[in-house]
Amino acid sequence: MKHIITVNKPTMQKSLKTGGCGECQASCQSACKTSCTVGNQVCEK
Amino acid sequence: MKDRIHKFRQGDTYILLDINSGAVHVIDRMIYDMMDIFQGDNDEEVTAALRSDYREKDLQEALGELHSLMDAGQLFAPDIDVPPTFRQEGLVKSLCLMVAQDCNLRCRYCFGDAGSYGGERAVMSPEVGRAAVDYLISRCGQRKHCEIDFFGGEPLMNMRTVKAVTEYVRQKEKETGKSFKLTLTTNGVLLDDPTILWLNENRISVVLSVDGRKEVHDRMRPDAGGNGTYDRVIRNFRKLVDSRDGKNYYMRGTYTKENLDFTEDVLAMKDAGFDILSVEPVVLKDNPLGFTEEDLPRIYAEYDRLTEAYLRRHREGRGFFFFHFNMDLSNGPCVAKRLAGCGAGHEYYAVAENGDLYPCHQFVGRKKYKLGNVYDGVQDTELPRYFRESHVLNKETCKDCWARFFCSGGCHANADLFHGDIRKPYEVGCEIQKKRLECAILVQALLALESMEGQPET
Ligand code: SF4
Ligand code: SF4
Repeated sequence: MKHIITVNKPTMQKSLKTGGCGECQASCQSACKTSCTVGNQVCEK
Repeated sequence: MKDRIHKFRQGDTYILLDINSGAVHVIDRMIYDMMDIFQGDNDEEVTAALRSDYREKDLQEALGELHSLMDAGQLFAPDIDVPPTFRQEGLVKSLCLMVAQDCNLRCRYCFGDAGSYGGERAVMSPEVGRAAVDYLISRCGQRKHCEIDFFGGEPLMNMRTVKAVTEYVRQKEKETGKSFKLTLTTNGVLLDDPTILWLNENRISVVLSVDGRKEVHDRMRPDAGGNGTYDRVIRNFRKLVDSRDGKNYYMRGTYTKENLDFTEDVLAMKDAGFDILSVEPVVLKDNPLGFTEEDLPRIYAEYDRLTEAYLRRHREGRGFFFFHFNMDLSNGPCVAKRLAGCGAGHEYYAVAENGDLYPCHQFVGRKKYKLGNVYDGVQDTELPRYFRESHVLNKETCKDCWARFFCSGGCHANADLFHGDIRKPYEVGCEIQKKRLECAILVQALLALESMEGQPET
């Protein structure tokens, strides 16, 4: 494509069916903790 | 359809995020303009509106590209509802143990009232700590990974309990086959050689609090006698990090209204020899150190500066890890996780010094949020459900926010602090969050482009 470059292969829609295993870390985003905003995490599967 | 995309520009880079698929597209100016009008089925309207700015042929070509993105499910992907994998009740994943509700520093922005959380200064007994471990194991179901964070106050003021809990955890790991990740957050003052050795031998990850430049740190983080602490703690942190080959640590700082040029603080940490970093905004209400809407333009500009500095250092081969710019655009969390967010009050609890359970460390001492205790478990049946159901799709401001699947609804404790309701996010926090996420998406997009091209962008 000339006008658009897609930089990732997103898995979000697929994860509607496959996700929810719950193995990932908790993710507090407050300043005093490790500030683990969900968007900054990876899937642990 | 506009509510299914978010577009932004930073410098000469134009980015289009497809909210419900998570696809990130780097686009040109023409597509950027087209996306003000394009709805998926109104090609003529787009060409008619932009004919005077762009060549017809180019517009047609671009429309073709947009339609192929739609066919690939990467543009206007359908809205997401609560997935069937989202459990009614959360499994408890992690606990924060307030091992010492006492502190040897007097940080000016501390929400914990020098560690006491509004109560008496006190430390957690080993018995309470062990009961907390039992509670976690009894509530984590089939989940293999559990987490415990030693927190405070300053947890090193109560090594007796830290050690007793660690020993107990290791024994329980053998008995149950579970795997615990232990983390300790410290201000570094008491980090002597034997403690460092013990932390390493027991595989404790550490979170190290430093505010960046010496003058900023000394002003914000004095000891009880009012003296600066930078030199002392940096020396200790240096030893600790060297002794663990630069791994399993995190250095984090807080910025306030007094250091809005916090890029300098991030770089100061890097230049002091640390490279796994995070710096974040203080959250305070009616306090001169806290932020108001008026500070936002300045904060945005600073994140742009930080983005530039981050990319520059990276390209020079002197890169560092900055937590908020870290984002795996392809293998991020599943939707169930993106909805659940921080998990406070249903997957994550804080244990106060006396064994009382609260939704998280920030709620400790807010009486109406006491949920039970480590011996009897969570007694309150309403609140955990309320927390669990307070996910992004149930919050008025979040459900239409473009950042909902990255931010996951913000911090409940802050929402409660500002609005007395965990479903009403703290607005200034939201604006900072969104800016930070744009920077992260931009950073990851540019790095991905560079690796596709195999050469640095200029
Ligand atoms: S409510 Fe806020 S402080 Fe508490 S765990 Fe969630 S993000 Fe962290
Ligand atoms: S930025 Fe604010 S409104 Fe948007 S999802 Fe996060 S908490 Fe909700």
